[in-house]
Amino acid sequence: MPADRWRADQDGETLVPTHCCFCGVQCGMYLRVDRGGKVFGVEPRNHDINRMRLCPKGINAYQQVNHPDRLTAPLMRRSRDEDFREVSWDEALDFTVSEIRRIQQSHGNDAFGLLGGASLFSEKTYLVGKFARVALKSRHVDYNGRLCMVSAAGANKLAFGIDRAGNPFSDILLTDCLLIAGSNVGECFPVMTQYVWGARDRGAILIVVDPRETAIARTADIHVALRPGTDSAFFNSVLHVVVEEGLTDEAYLAAHATGWEEVKAKAAEYPPARAAEICGVPAEQIVQVARAFARAPKAMAWHARGIEHHSQGVENCLSVINLCTATGHLGRPGAGYGTLTGQGNGQGGREHGQKADLLPGGRSIMNEEHRRQICGIWGIEESELPPAGTSMMEMVWQMQRREIRGLIGICNNPFVSLPNYAVVKEGYDATEFHAQLDFFLSETAANAHVVLPVTTWAEDEGVMANAEARVVKHNKAQDPPPGVRTDTWVMCELARRLGAGDKFAFPDSRAVFDELRIASAGTVNDYYGITYERLEETGGIVWPCPSTDHPGTPRLFEDGRTYHPDGKIHLQVVEWHSPMDPYDDEHPMSLTTGRTVAHFLSGNQTRRLGALVEQTPRPWAEIHPSHGFRNGEPVRVVTRRGSEVFPALVTEAIRPDTVFVPYHWPVPTAANALTIDALDPRSKIPEYKVCACRIEHAEKIDEVPAPPVAPGHVAYPETQVSRTDPLPPTSPQGRGTSERG
Amino acid sequence: MMGRTIFIDPGRCIGCQACVSACRECDSHRGKSMIHLDYTDEGHSVASLPTVCMHCEDPVAPCAEVCPADAILVTADGVVQQADTTRCIGCANCVNACPFGVPKIDLGAKLQMKCNLCYDRTAYGLAPMCATVCPTGALFYGTVEELQAERPGVQVADTFTFGRSEVRTGVAMVVPADRVRWPVPGGLPVVEINGKDVRR
Ligand code: SF4
Ligand code: SF4
Repeated sequence: MPADRWRADQDGETLVPTHCCFCGVQCGMYLRVDRGGKVFGVEPRNHDINRMRLCPKGINAYQQVNHPDRLTAPLMRRSRDEDFREVSWDEALDFTVSEIRRIQQSHGNDAFGLLGGASLFSEKTYLVGKFARVALKSRHVDYNGRLCMVSAAGANKLAFGIDRAGNPFSDILLTDCLLIAGSNVGECFPVMTQYVWGARDRGAILIVVDPRETAIARTADIHVALRPGTDSAFFNSVLHVVVEEGLTDEAYLAAHATGWEEVKAKAAEYPPARAAEICGVPAEQIVQVARAFARAPKAMAWHARGIEHHSQGVENCLSVINLCTATGHLGRPGAGYGTLTGQGNGQGGREHGQKADLLPGGRSIMNEEHRRQICGIWGIEESELPPAGTSMMEMVWQMQRREIRGLIGICNNPFVSLPNYAVVKEGYDATEFHAQLDFFLSETAANAHVVLPVTTWAEDEGVMANAEARVVKHNKAQDPPPGVRTDTWVMCELARRLGAGDKFAFPDSRAVFDELRIASAGTVNDYYGITYERLEETGGIVWPCPSTDHPGTPRLFEDGRTYHPDGKIHLQVVEWHSPMDPYDDEHPMSLTTGRTVAHFLSGNQTRRLGALVEQTPRPWAEIHPSHGFRNGEPVRVVTRRGSEVFPALVTEAIRPDTVFVPYHWPVPTAANALTIDALDPRSKIPEYKVCACRIEHAEKIDEVPAPPVAPGHVAYPETQVSRTDPLPPTSPQGRGTSERG
Repeated sequence: MMGRTIFIDPGRCIGCQACVSACRECDSHRGKSMIHLDYTDEGHSVASLPTVCMHCEDPVAPCAEVCPADAILVTADGVVQQADTTRCIGCANCVNACPFGVPKIDLGAKLQMKCNLCYDRTAYGLAPMCATVCPTGALFYGTVEELQAERPGVQVADTFTFGRSEVRTGVAMVVPADRVRWPVPGGLPVVEINGKDVRR
């Protein structure tokens, strides 16, 4: 009996091996299932990824499976002025289908859109893409991974022709210099920290680039606390120093890269003195970073939303790639790059066609050849396959303009997660019909016409790809509660009613996965060799995996070849430009947003779990002591979109010119009522990480609303804990101050 | 010499409270956490430090020593148990006696509760729940040799001084290994915010 299968047999309880439903680390865990077949607890699992470790979200995740707030019957209303009533599945689906028909007949197929999510299993994200194009025949499909790591995806695709991290987590343990940019690893990917600390134990130099002193920045050898929105200036300057000091790997560049001369010429325009001024950091730090990174025998760079959530997110990521390439730190154990994905399936969620411009296998919807291949698999005419659609935020703008009049949302909560809440609300309110699939009534679902109750991750099987592009299998631990259906069933049933039933004859996830494997065969994102059986045996396989005897590809470019036809790294020139929301006398500071360790994305799930609510019941505004606020005092944060009042968390762990507000809560405590809906022109990712703001003294702190629940349910008392307290009962990560002394 | 025990390494703690949540999930006192997290330099740094029961050895655990009802038993392998429900009178002497501030009293139940090193798990060869999940290894369960194999050069301390008394504990603290550190430039003086001079 393996040590982590303790007592399972004795108590009549079973342990179902699966993975955490939350972030892109995808920790292995067992769900404890009682004799009656109900999930009632969690037990850590000795999986390669996490080796028993779990963060508080993972430990508490099981509590949502049988949570009293679960939706158990379809909800419906004909207009937003009415209250929801519980209806049968037939009535809800009939109404949905008749509204789709009505809108598409009078305004064209593209007037109806679909928005998916990157917390869905890959099978379901594949279905979202296929459903939009084949059943709805609409070009308008996108997903909330658009808000997550598409900048990194875009940069990797441009430079390497493949969109994923270059190295497995375990390579971190082998590196001599670890550079982490814009990633609060301790709170957003806590279980990754063991790799960071492991590297440090072996003497690796740790460099953290972040405007805040996070838990990993605290112990970093070099913490570069740069001004938000200046990352590419910083990395250009580091590259400048690398070139100046003769630390480039010219042999590597000559053999493997194109565009180096242009990149080098651009870097020459960023001497440390200039970058120091732009970034607000000492010039010597830039020199230190360059030397540490370039001189290390093996160096790695990992980044996350901190550099990606920008109107120049793609460029920021490219500037990191330029640095790794110029120093020859790629494709070796302990040398390379990676992106930490926010959502569990942030990586896999975009690989199989739910992104506006992608078809399964990462194929481009603009490419004739790719279109032909997919139409062959789907059994439709090429003329029937719609062209590329628009991104998630652009779809909301189209809803505002009534170009998109109907919408189905699956597994997303844009009322909390999209920037510039006022615009989002206006867009959604303008739709004539809106259906939402979820297992809790999210803030967005509470505004819909139809809400369809679907399964949690513990009630179905399917795969996700974690931040290393390792495909892992989630297993079913319990039957869904009566009245609840799988997302797969709902999409297939809707397709049947729309007349495309023959293309959606999928009895279960496995059937979808087998089509997905075939649809990905021969592409860069090759899943063909991955089967459920192999996943169960191995604990995860990293794609590309072209055949059933292929071991997978944990590390890229070991032979020096990229996935471009010429096998080269295509370096791109990066020019820094200032963020989209300009500073002025009224708005002299930067507002930046991010996550807390206790909550996940829009908080629709975690804001309902007692322990997590207790740990971090509400957002706050983190400010430097120099502004004269006392801890817990109401501080109004004002941007050009609006203003909200938070308790101040006064700390030296943030730049004086920067304010931080975590974003998991709805209005009137939503950071995203303040953020700007400016997009990166290439990745269309919103600029969450920087906008101009000012802070003022205020009278009263805005109260956090309780999460919405279905009619007839009572708000679960545990989730109401201390929502009105001015400060969290335990201060988040020690940022709460008592004045010194 | 120390057997299999918990080692606390504050240098690694990220304040995530996974340990707190995990403690609440373990079977010996389900629903209540026996860990607390301290922030050692609040407002200036995010440094945090988990406190679990230190399972004092020498002299006899102070909590057990002062218990008038002999409710706190110490096992042969040095684990200081949670109060025996049939004996505890909820007087809170133990709370006052513990130099580390560990035992808690459930006033309603008139019962003392504390970490018992997950006896229900360690008996099966598993690590205590907090040390199992701790994502960073700030809580490590094993022998000192296993710890040092994983973290070369670390030293541990298991003796603490309070005034004139000394306590030797079963749980140990990790003392960081000496290593060459790069100078980290301190915080910037506040003279300008995004280009604006704010020295008024
Ligand atoms: S949220 Fe992420 S780090 Fe935490 S347990 Fe889940 S997968 Fe692991
Ligand atoms: S789980 Fe580990 S890292 Fe997290 S707070 Fe507890 S001791 Fe610190």
